[in-house]
Amino acid sequence: MNAGAKNVIWIGVGVALLLAAFVSPFASSAPDGLDRFAEDHGFAAKSTAPGAALWTHAPVKDYATPGVKNPKLATGVAGLAGALGTFVAAAGLARLLRGRKKSTGS
Amino acid sequence: MHIPDGFVSAPINIATYAVSAVALTIAVKKARRDLDEGAIPLLGVTAAFIFAAQMLNFPVAGGTSGHFLGAVMAGILLGPFNACLVLALVLVIQCLVFADGGLSALGSNIFNMGVVGGIVSTHLFYAIRALAPKTRVGFMVAAGVASWCSVVLASISCAFMLALSGTAPLRVALPAMAGVHALIGVGEALIASSVVGTLIAVRPDLVGAWRGERAAAGAES
Repeated sequence: MNAGAKNVIWIGVGVALLLAAFVSPFASSAPDGLDRFAEDHGFAAKSTAPGAALWTHAPVKDYATPGVKNPKLATGVAGLAGALGTFVAAAGLARLLRGRKKSTGS
Repeated sequence: MHIPDGFVSAPINIATYAVSAVALTIAVKKARRDLDEGAIPLLGVTAAFIFAAQMLNFPVAGGTSGHFLGAVMAGILLGPFNACLVLALVLVIQCLVFADGGLSALGSNIFNMGVVGGIVSTHLFYAIRALAPKTRVGFMVAAGVASWCSVVLASISCAFMLALSGTAPLRVALPAMAGVHALIGVGEALIASSVVGTLIAVRPDLVGAWRGERAAAGAES
């Protein structure tokens, strides 16, 4: 991959981090299509029924960073960390899958 | 349309876990064979962008919101199976770290967004692309149309899961889910076609589907 393409990748990472950190706190908090349908048709409570949840140890529930009082800041911090972590995880997965194949020219 | 725990029945969740596992196994095999050095950061940035964009709910009609899915966009950049892989990874992170989408429904969510949204809809993109003019604008229009279809098809799949689970009758779930996602899909189409259009203008070599058709055109002439 040449320098120009690398620059575009890094600009993309920058855009993703900026969106996650600074725009996400101002996103619509209205229910999404599925949640809205669940509310309108009276089955929304099924998701919070006792025993429904299989995994209850999510550290950053609903994108609100624990211990941060200001809700906008809590969302922005969660977004920034999440986008950065997702970049590292996906690039790491790709590297792992590519393995030690011979380089086909850089 | 991240399905939480409790909406979809165990048999449906088990079935979709199985289908998603098969799709991901194929995706991993293909990635092992085909991924090149340049795909590593591109996969990373695509996943990060999708994660970020999925936090940005925009309002649609009547107190409802929606957000970008990014499955066809990822498919155009990386190929249909890598798109499924990226969506699955984002969904796992959202589920385990952010409690967005239930762990019991993870297989269903990967099926709707990774398999239907990524694999199926990227192939739909190829079909639509073959009909569109061989220009950048033609490519963008095909990307937009396929992206709209991806969101609507994923929502239809979700409606079938709710119906088969006995959560909501199909005659109610289908029009309700497809209707609101037809609106959300317009946002999807605009974002996906803008992103691929911009990338083709600045770095066409990063857009896998565009690179592929240029190479094919070059080989013909």
